[in-house]
Amino acid sequence: MLKMENISKVFRTDVVETHALRQFSLNVDEGDFVTVTGPSGSGKTTFLNIAGLLETYSSGTYELDGKDVSNLSDSARSRLRNEKIGFIFQSFNLIPDLNLFDNVDVPLRYRGFNSAERKKRIEEALETVGLSNRMKHLPAQLSGGQQQRVAIARALAGSPRFLLADEPTGNLDSKMAHSVMDLLHNINAQGTTIVMVTHDPGFAKQAKRNIFVRDGQVSENTLVEQDLPSAASA
Amino acid sequence: MFFYYIKLAMLSFKRNPILSLLMVLAIAFGIGALMTTITVNYLMSNNPIKEKNDVLYHIQLDSWSPYEAARDDDAPPLQLTWTDVNNLQQAEQAFRQAAMARSGGIIEPENPDVKPFQSSFRLTFTDFFPMFNVPFIYGAGWDASADQNAEHVVVLSRDVNDRIFGGENSVGESVTISGETFQVVGVIDEWHPVPKFFDLNTGDFGGTADVFIPLSLKLPMELPSWGNTNCWKPPEGTGFLAFLNSECVNYQFWVELTSPQDEARYHTFLDSYVEQQKALGRFPRPLNNRMSNVQEWLEYNEVVADDAQIMMWLSMMFLLVCLLNTIGLMLSKFIGKSGEIGLRRAVGATRGDLFMQHLVETACIGVAGGLLGLLFSYFGLQGVRTLYGEFADRLTTLDSNMMLLAIGISTITTIIAGIYPTWRASAIAPAGQLKG
Repeated sequence: MLKMENISKVFRTDVVETHALRQFSLNVDEGDFVTVTGPSGSGKTTFLNIAGLLETYSSGTYELDGKDVSNLSDSARSRLRNEKIGFIFQSFNLIPDLNLFDNVDVPLRYRGFNSAERKKRIEEALETVGLSNRMKHLPAQLSGGQQQRVAIARALAGSPRFLLADEPTGNLDSKMAHSVMDLLHNINAQGTTIVMVTHDPGFAKQAKRNIFVRDGQVSENTLVEQDLPSAASA
Repeated sequence: MFFYYIKLAMLSFKRNPILSLLMVLAIAFGIGALMTTITVNYLMSNNPIKEKNDVLYHIQLDSWSPYEAARDDDAPPLQLTWTDVNNLQQAEQAFRQAAMARSGGIIEPENPDVKPFQSSFRLTFTDFFPMFNVPFIYGAGWDASADQNAEHVVVLSRDVNDRIFGGENSVGESVTISGETFQVVGVIDEWHPVPKFFDLNTGDFGGTADVFIPLSLKLPMELPSWGNTNCWKPPEGTGFLAFLNSECVNYQFWVELTSPQDEARYHTFLDSYVEQQKALGRFPRPLNNRMSNVQEWLEYNEVVADDAQIMMWLSMMFLLVCLLNTIGLMLSKFIGKSGEIGLRRAVGATRGDLFMQHLVETACIGVAGGLLGLLFSYFGLQGVRTLYGEFADRLTTLDSNMMLLAIGISTITTIIAGIYPTWRASAIAPAGQLKG
């Protein structure tokens, strides 16, 4: 599903050169749930940005779903992001003056679906996250956990095969964080591959695999003995 | 996607109403100033009878002094003598011809409730009306026999007909003009060609006339000469007839030819007429006859004032300054949306999508600025009217062409101004906007 080999990313300014990733290699199989942990500044987010085609890399090769993405044009990368990748961010990144329906609609607009298809997908996605009765609400009228659920619905609406989450529970209290994690596990159980950056070791243990990133490299790549919560709470 | 972009533009206005309003105001001020000056220039340079431009000719004959030219550019005088207009009229060498002059006097309505009033006359010939496509609401112009027999017939303007006859059909009614009784044969509809091309000697943009009567009545009624009269030598003798027969110029002469190709033939006729007059001891200057079609005549008379053109260029500079301000405001607004732009990029929008989205928003600002600018143009034109009085009345009207032009200029210039901010917005790297 995702295959990175010897990826390097160097940020350069006039006076300083920062190596965010060094010879970073990783394989993620279809249906996997991989958590990425590591200290701040270790390169976790840079890895996620490159994996999500939001950023280019300095050297190495990257295949997404069997396709080499090294030399894709900007618009081809946008199309690939739109069709295959869903994003979930720590700060939700909802558009404040669009209601839930229109927020979930954003990626679908760029997909070229007709309005009936978009409506169907939006309603299904909001149903999946338990917010179908709040479609006309604005994000500010929801709790943090609910906002993150809307962001997940937005990521799911396009039926991506690959979900990238950057500390999705980082801005949530414990109860809401667990609820979001349950949702992600359900999504993964239905076949969607998930890569999630997290600082929470408890959540890291709930994934199928955890990689530990240090100094821009994968320093540990561990298969996790499943430590799923005993009861899923909505 | 276009309507989606329109919806997003409206949301963006709501999100930043003050910034949006500032942009719209900046454009509206620029457009308001520009459209005010463009409208004045447009109406000044208008050709009010385009459809006949190539067959209508104003005639100039050089009957001036042997010692100096009538004009600095060695051109003939702008008007003709009484002798010449009557000779040319009687020669009937054109499809239509009309000598004309301005005069005036007192109109005394038969209705005792309407007080006598002073009014301007246009003295002319029957061809004047069909030649200049004068619209009638009642009746028509007089016929050729009325010219030949100096009949007391009159065509009223709509205003005068409203004043004397309450707007009713007055054809066949009588009215006293300069002490003599005239029969009404026609009433013309509103007719205010701008500029007043057929007589630029009495103000380029004034009204046409209150009444129209045959020029052949000038001598028997001794009607006064209004407008400019220029002489290069004094009349030989005294009295009204001596003045008429002098070399003083006070008359305009227009012809309508059957085609533009007929111009050479008529020019040859004019030359031969002047040669005949030279043989009689007139026309001491070299042969210098001129025929100008309507557009040439307007340009020769420099109907568009230099200061109006300078004002237009200054207002263009002002619009440019307004647009530069708008560029700054747009940059600020679009950069402020970088979080949303990053999100849209992340979920699949291409740079092209975002460029179009912001270009539509820019165009909406331009349209709004154009509409508000039209309102400012209206106030600007009212200001011009207040400043220049009645002279500017006919120059301060926004027609539908000018309204479309205002919105067009506003939209296009705003889009051009918005290209850089729009490009900057679409080039925002998504990765840096999504963390945190």
